[in-house]
Amino acid sequence: MRNVKKLAAAAGCLVSASIAFAAANPVTAGSGAPPAIKDPAVEWDHLWREVIIDITIIGVVFALITAWLLWRYRHRPGNETGHAPKLSAAAAVAWVVIPTFVFLADDLYLAAKGWQLWNVYREVPADRLEISLETGMYSFDYTYPNGVRTQNELKVPAGKPVLLRMTSRDTLHNHFIPDFRVKEDSMPGRITYLWFLPKEAGKQHVVSCAAYCGVMHSYMAGKIVVLSPEDYKAWYDQEGAKLNDTKSAAEQTKAMPARKS
Amino acid sequence: MNIKEWIFTTDHKRVGILYLIGSMAAFAIAGVMAMMMRIELSTLGPTITDNPTTYNVWLYSHGAIMILAFQIPALTGFFANFCIPLMIGAKDVAFPRVNALSVWLFYVGVILALLTFFVPDPPDVMWTGYPPYSTITTGNTAFYTFTVLILGFASIIGGVNFLTTVAYMRAPGMGWTKLNIFVWCTLGAFVLQLIFVPVLGTAVTLISLDKYLGTHFFDPTNGGDVLTYQNLFWFYSHPAVYVIFLPFFGVLFEIVATFARNQVFNYKMVVFGGIFGIVALAGVVWVHHLYVSGMADWLRIGMMITTLMISVPVGLMLIGLVGTLYKGSITFETPMLYASGVMFLFLIGGLTGIPLALPSLTIHLARTYYVVGHFHYVMAVAGTFAIFAGVYYWFPKFTGRMYNEFWGKLGFWITFVGTNIVFWTMMDIGVQGMPRRYYDYAQFPQFVSAHQLMTLGSIILGIGFVIAVVNWIVGAIRGPKAGDNPWGSHSLEWTTVSPPPYGNWPSPPSVAENWTPYGYEKR
Repeated sequence: MRNVKKLAAAAGCLVSASIAFAAANPVTAGSGAPPAIKDPAVEWDHLWREVIIDITIIGVVFALITAWLLWRYRHRPGNETGHAPKLSAAAAVAWVVIPTFVFLADDLYLAAKGWQLWNVYREVPADRLEISLETGMYSFDYTYPNGVRTQNELKVPAGKPVLLRMTSRDTLHNHFIPDFRVKEDSMPGRITYLWFLPKEAGKQHVVSCAAYCGVMHSYMAGKIVVLSPEDYKAWYDQEGAKLNDTKSAAEQTKAMPARKS
Repeated sequence: MNIKEWIFTTDHKRVGILYLIGSMAAFAIAGVMAMMMRIELSTLGPTITDNPTTYNVWLYSHGAIMILAFQIPALTGFFANFCIPLMIGAKDVAFPRVNALSVWLFYVGVILALLTFFVPDPPDVMWTGYPPYSTITTGNTAFYTFTVLILGFASIIGGVNFLTTVAYMRAPGMGWTKLNIFVWCTLGAFVLQLIFVPVLGTAVTLISLDKYLGTHFFDPTNGGDVLTYQNLFWFYSHPAVYVIFLPFFGVLFEIVATFARNQVFNYKMVVFGGIFGIVALAGVVWVHHLYVSGMADWLRIGMMITTLMISVPVGLMLIGLVGTLYKGSITFETPMLYASGVMFLFLIGGLTGIPLALPSLTIHLARTYYVVGHFHYVMAVAGTFAIFAGVYYWFPKFTGRMYNEFWGKLGFWITFVGTNIVFWTMMDIGVQGMPRRYYDYAQFPQFVSAHQLMTLGSIILGIGFVIAVVNWIVGAIRGPKAGDNPWGSHSLEWTTVSPPPYGNWPSPPSVAENWTPYGYEKR
C-alpha cells in the first residue's frame, strides 16, 4: 500500500513537471510587438543542437546501463541461473507509468519546440520577394514578379526573405537548399511553398533535387546567387527592360501583317 | 533427401526452412546490389557504369528485395513458421496446405523480383514507386506491382494461418500470458499485415492501371492527385516497419532470456504496453514520411505528436529487453553477441529517429543520407543482426548440428565494425546535405572521401555476412551433433529432439500451471 502511495506521488510530480515544461515553452508567441524576422536556418541549427544534446544524453545513459548490465551480470561459476526478483504489482505498474511519463514529458517538450520552429518555416514575412518556380525534368525554372525568367540560377538580394511558389510540369521534384536548411516537393496539380532568408551578398548556395524524379535525378541542380540589394536592383531592372524590349518588338512584328491587310 | 518431398511439403518446419533459403538468396542478391552502388559512388562521375538507369535499377531492387523478399519473409516466414507451433506446443499450423501455398507464392514473388535483372526496361521506380514518374517511365512498373501483390498475398494468408494457430492450437494449460514474447510480437505483426497490406496492394494496382490502362487516379490534369498514392503507400509502409520491428524484437527477447538465464523483465509491460501500444499507434503516424511532400500543415503537426508518442511503447520494449539482463547469468555465445550488438545499434537508430519526428527538423533532413543512415540502423541493420542472431540461436534446433563458435563471433565483430563505419558516416554527410538516390554527386564534391570511407566499410560489412552464411552452410553439413537443448532454454521448442520430427512431439505436450517459457529459477 505504501508503494502505491509513493507511486501516486511520483506520478503526480511527473504530471505537474511535464505541464510546467509545456507551459514554459508556449506553442505560439503572442506578445503583440512586431517580431523581428527569424532566420529559419539559424533557428534550425539551434533546435538541432538542442535535440542532439537531448538524444545524446538519453543514448549515453541507456548505453552505459546496458553495457554495465552485460558486464556486471556475466556468467560466473556458482551462478548458473538468473535471480531477477519477482516484481510486485506496484513495481510492475511503476515501470510502465514512470517511463511513460518521462518519455511523454520529453516528447511534449520536443513537440513544443518543433512546433515553434515549424511556425517560423511556414509563416512567411510580409516584406518578401515572391518568385514562382516550375520544375521539370531536369531543371528549375524561376519566374520573377516582372516576368523575368531564369533557369537553374536564382539571383536574390541579401537581407530580404524569398518565397518560392512551386509547381511541376511532369514528375515530383524537390527544391533542396542545404545551406538554408529547407526543402519542399513540387508536383503537378498542386502549389507548394518554401521561404528562406539570404544574408551574405556574394555567396552562392547549391540547390539540388531531393525527390527521385527520373533517370537524371542526380544531375538536377542549380544555384542561388546572393547579390547586394543595389546589384540585385540593377540586374533586375536591366533584365526587366530587356524583356520589355523583346516583348514590344514581338508585338510590333505580330501587329504589322494585321495592319497591311 | 528427396527434393519432391521438400517442394510439396506441408510441414511447418520445412516450409519455414524453404522461407529461410529463399529469403537468404534474396538477401545475398540485394546485398550485392548494395555493394555495386557503393563502388559506383566511390568516385565522382561514372565508376563502374555510365548509365544512371543501371544504378537506379540496383537501388530499386536493393530496397524492394531487402524489405519485401528478405526481412519480412525471414521474420514472418521463417521464424514464425518454424518457431510458433513449437513454442505453443502444436503439431503443425492450423492450415498446413495454405501454409505451403504461401511459401510457393513467396518463391514466385522472389523469382519475379529477380527477373528485374533480365527483362528489358526493368523497373527503376524505387521501392516507393511514386507517381507520376512510375506511370510515365519506360521501365516496367508492372514487375513492381506484381512482386508486391504476390509477396503481399503470401503474407496475408500466412497471417490468417498464424492468428488461427495461436488462438486455437495452444497446448493444454498454455494461457495467453504464458506465450513466448516472440509469439506475441509475431501476432502483432500479422495483425498489422492483415489490416495494412491490402492498402499497399490497392496503391500499387492503381499505379499499373494508370500506366497501362489509361486511368487517371494519380494524374492531376484529369482530376487525380499525386499525393493520394503517397498517403496510401505509407499507410501500409510505415506499419511495415513494425511488421519487421516486432518479430525481430521478439527474437531478441528469446535470445536474451535464454542467455541471461532469466525471466523476461515485466512480461505484461512488454506485451500490453509495448506490443499493444505499437499495434495501436502504427496506423496513425505515416505522414512523417510526407513532411516535405506538400501535406496540409495541421496533418504534419498532428502526426508529429503521434510519431513522438511511438517512443513510449518502443521504450517500454527496450526497457523490458535490457531489464532482462538484470541479475542474470549471461554468457556470450554468437546469438547473444549479435543480440547485444542490436541493443546498441537499435539505440542509435531509435534516437536518431527523434529529430525526424519533428517536421521542422525534417524539412532539412528529409531525403538525405541522414534518413538512409537512420533507417538502416533502426530497421535494416538492427533487423538483419536480429535475423542472424535468431538463425544462429535456432540453428542447432532446425539442423540438429552446431555451427563454429569462433567463426560466428569473428563474423559478428567484422559486421559490427563495418556497419558503424558505413551508417555513421552516412548520417554525418546527410546532415551536411547529401541527398539520397543519387547516381552522381558533382554538386557535392566535398563528400568524396566520406563516400570512399563508406565503400570501404560496406566491403568489411559484406565480408562479415559472408563469413556467417558460410559458417551456417558448413555447420549444417559437417557440424558436430548439437543435442536437443544446447542452450539450456526452458522454452517449449527445446523439449523435442533436434531436428524435430514430423508432428514435433511423439505425444502432444502439456504445460504445468506454474510453467512459463522463462522459468529459469525455481521459486
